[in-house]
Amino acid sequence: MVLVVYLSLTTWGGLGVPQFTGLSNWIRLVGDPVAHRAILLTLILTGGSWALQTPIALLLGVWASGRQRNRAVLSAIFFVPLLLSSAAIAIIWRALLDPNFGPLTTIGPLIGMPGLDFLSSETGAFGVILFVSAWQFIPLHTLLYQGGARQIPESLYQAAEIDGAGRYRAFWHITLPQLRNTITTSSVLMVVGSLTYFDTVLIITGGGPGHATTIVPYLMYEAGFQNYQFGYASAVACVLVAFATLASLLMVRFTGFGKMRSTREGM
Amino acid sequence: MIPHRAGAAGALALLLFTATACGGDAGSQDSGDGEMNIMMYQDSLAVVQENAVERFNQNNEATAAMNQVAPDGYEDKLRTVMGSGQAPDMFFNWGGGSIEPYVEQEMLLPLGATLQENPEMQDAFIPSILEAGKINDTQYGIPLRGTQPKMIFYNEKVFEEAGVEPPETWEDIQNLIDTFKEEGVTPFALGGATPWADLMWMEYLVARIGGHDVFQQIANGDSAGWKDPAILEAAQIIQDMVKNGAFGDSYASVSAADGSASALLADGQAAMHLMGSWEFSTQLADAPEFAKNDLGYVAFPAMPDGEGNAQAVVGNPTNYFSITDDGDTDAAVEFLKQTYSDEYVKDMVENGEVPTTTGAEEMLDEAPNPDFARFQYAMVRDAPTFQLSWDQALPRSVAEPMVTEIEKLFNQQVTPEEFVDNVAALQ
Repeated sequence: MVLVVYLSLTTWGGLGVPQFTGLSNWIRLVGDPVAHRAILLTLILTGGSWALQTPIALLLGVWASGRQRNRAVLSAIFFVPLLLSSAAIAIIWRALLDPNFGPLTTIGPLIGMPGLDFLSSETGAFGVILFVSAWQFIPLHTLLYQGGARQIPESLYQAAEIDGAGRYRAFWHITLPQLRNTITTSSVLMVVGSLTYFDTVLIITGGGPGHATTIVPYLMYEAGFQNYQFGYASAVACVLVAFATLASLLMVRFTGFGKMRSTREGM
Repeated sequence: MIPHRAGAAGALALLLFTATACGGDAGSQDSGDGEMNIMMYQDSLAVVQENAVERFNQNNEATAAMNQVAPDGYEDKLRTVMGSGQAPDMFFNWGGGSIEPYVEQEMLLPLGATLQENPEMQDAFIPSILEAGKINDTQYGIPLRGTQPKMIFYNEKVFEEAGVEPPETWEDIQNLIDTFKEEGVTPFALGGATPWADLMWMEYLVARIGGHDVFQQIANGDSAGWKDPAILEAAQIIQDMVKNGAFGDSYASVSAADGSASALLADGQAAMHLMGSWEFSTQLADAPEFAKNDLGYVAFPAMPDGEGNAQAVVGNPTNYFSITDDGDTDAAVEFLKQTYSDEYVKDMVENGEVPTTTGAEEMLDEAPNPDFARFQYAMVRDAPTFQLSWDQALPRSVAEPMVTEIEKLFNQQVTPEEFVDNVAALQ
């Protein structure tokens, strides 16, 4: 970390000795529209991922903790993305979304959209990143919620049933509050994960079209490993670490996770 | 707030961040086990080098091992291993800006003495192409591949079906775009997801409109050259072509590196493809029937009122092998002698390359398509200038953002005027 801060004050091409150049990388960062956009895109990706993944993972997890028929089979199928590496997932999705040779060329005309091509538009490409990350990570969070939901004592539901509460009310007044800590854990993982999301972007869009999917981690890679400006890349890295730390601290603070109150309050 | 918990959260963030940062790392390379390590660009032509390694290992005490790296990450990985102290003994490159940083760091073996000791090596190559392997008047690269001019490839079958002739003038190109659009065929395949493919259009348009000197000024380090009117005009033509549907709708998500763009041409989904001469070998490997029967090729036409010479060529003179200087370079120097051996040159010709060795012309009869080989040979021989691809001619810190700006121009994310301002500001 100290090394990264030091590197951010130098100009270094990855060969030889870094040249100390003071704050020049930081001044450039402040005035760089690509960096501003990358920060904005990262925040949108983080917020978007959370808003998209949390409700789905929560509902699926609670469902998967029950005792329905076929639950085990469906869950097993559903958890498949969890077993694949990120790179494999990205390569699969890029092939599926190929506008000329992928299945979209078959599916597109069937639904009246022959020119279906998500990756060549700015919003389309960003949407793909958001979607693929959800597809990849919802199973993990579902697993967390499944575990959390199974920890809720059966007696709470029995009591609620006696009081005449339906399934909807039981979910809203028992399941959700009892899952509070799980929600926090899952959210922290999601937010920190989104802030550092990288491999999918590299493989599916390469940060493009233009800079439409150049999020901060990708910008860091681009500056360092493509443009060989390791000093500037280090400055970007510092910003990313600051954001990730800040986000974690805020979440821990505002969810009351730090106080570790018992979830069994009122029992 | 409980401090140690905050620390834990920060540590988690940092841990994830480090893991991500390492994702870009290209990994390490074996060395020091007595093997000579060759880092090679992985494509359909590398079979020539594979055969050379095999011959070398049979006839020499030293063993050579070739490590092939995918095209898209090649330069990044090279830079990483060179910087990490695990450099290969010998590596593939483009000459020019692609090895300049290593020369500056004195990491490469100067080959002047080698050439003097082996006069047959000096005499084996076309002088101008050997010359292009020099940095600051010192030889650092020995040619290992054929010459690679860029040109327009086309699908003869698609042209026949539409009842049209290959383009000879810029007006022909305009008419062909309209014809093929009516036929429901994409006029030009373009791998816009790998933006160096976009760059080719910019290179030829500028060379034809303003001439060789326009970009040469920029390559020589004077970024004011971007303000030349030829650059703006080329940018405007590109956006007109994009708006006119010359590249179809989905070019921005087609890759030139994984063969998608070439497949469009072979499939007949696209009529033409502006690409380097390696397109011929790519097609030969992926669509051999098409390459033999229906693959046509023409030079990029002159522009009306253009100041550039219509015979000028853009592309890569060739690729080079350079040797990293770790004190133990004998095996590597010995391996260099492969690159002009009869078997090697024959392999190149058979794989569709046009060698840069002086005796190559008479061997062209053995090419899979001798007509193509002679066409390409004549194209390079008669060219008054051979402009090295822009992304190789410029230092990497300028080249990469430049290519992204060109991508944005194609995607209409910037206007031609903004494009000129943006590239002129790069340094």
